Amino acid sequence: MSTREPSCEEVIERLFDYLDRELDHLQAADIERHLSRCRDCFTRAEFEKRLRARVEAAGTVKAPPRLRHRIRDLLDRFDDQADVPDP
Amino acid sequence: MPLAHPVTLPSLPWCPTQAAEETRPTMSDRHADPRQWFEARLEPLLDRLYGTALRLTRDPDDAEDIVADAVGKAWRRLDELRDPSRFDAWLFHILTNTFISEWRRRQSRPRPPSGTEPPSPDDLDAGDFTLFQQLHQPFLLWWGSLEEQFFNSLLQEDLQRALDALPAPFRVAIVLVEVQGYTYEEVSRLLGIPLGTVRSRLSRARSLLQKALWEQAREAGVTSCHPGQGGQRS
Repeated sequence: MSTREPSCEEVIERLFDYLDRELDHLQAADIERHLSRCRDCFTRAEFEKRLRARVEAAGTVKAPPRLRHRIRDLLDRFDDQADVPDP
Repeated sequence: MPLAHPVTLPSLPWCPTQAAEETRPTMSDRHADPRQWFEARLEPLLDRLYGTALRLTRDPDDAEDIVADAVGKAWRRLDELRDPSRFDAWLFHILTNTFISEWRRRQSRPRPPSGTEPPSPDDLDAGDFTLFQQLHQPFLLWWGSLEEQFFNSLLQEDLQRALDALPAPFRVAIVLVEVQGYTYEEVSRLLGIPLGTVRSRLSRARSLLQKALWEQAREAGVTSCHPGQGGQRS
């Protein structure tokens, strides 16, 4: 455990490192301890987490039927070529 | 064919764990019927594969090409997958490498000379804009929280449009980290850029993205009921 709790400025400066899981366990624990005690920093962290979740969700889009057909045809072609892998 | 830039498969938060693998409905055996095994695992990933490719490329046709290419590579290399529970991360890693190879190929094409060269995205200064500072009120307002209004009115299409409008190096960095879950070190190796550049691009990408979302929110009237909040702080 580290001996000094980070200041609000330090927490905000490292917030994205924390959310991106770039900190080691001790550093992350320091941030979490601060967030559990500081309402302002906690609110900021929750805001960035919510926004980040929305960004992550933007990476899911209904695949068009044409792509599904294309993949099936592609795998059929590999089958026809008897190019079946032997796992 | 080995991956051009070997990277440890990321521990993606949305990837199934070994336990999830064991509790899935019984599906065909990988060895007895590899095609059925492969398709059963591919199907639930397809929307995410396509969406990720679409965010990376911004073009529906290019996104389809990259997904189909990646799926074909994965099928041909299925015997290289040692741990079946890592299928999802393995397939997304192939998708990412497929995109990066194509991206590099296009970037290396000679461009016709123009009168003025566009500035490098790394030279763009997005400032230190944060959406939170625009929306947050330290006290509860009787007309409700602007943060809640913002999230309630933020459509997925708005977010996709703002992401797609980012300069390519910024967009790719933020998609790799926030959508795909790669570490900064992995992005550095994947893109062949220094770690500091990854950090810088992510920081600028976030500032630009949040500024675009703020402008969209203002246009949508999210702040219009807020006395004295005319967006002057930006």
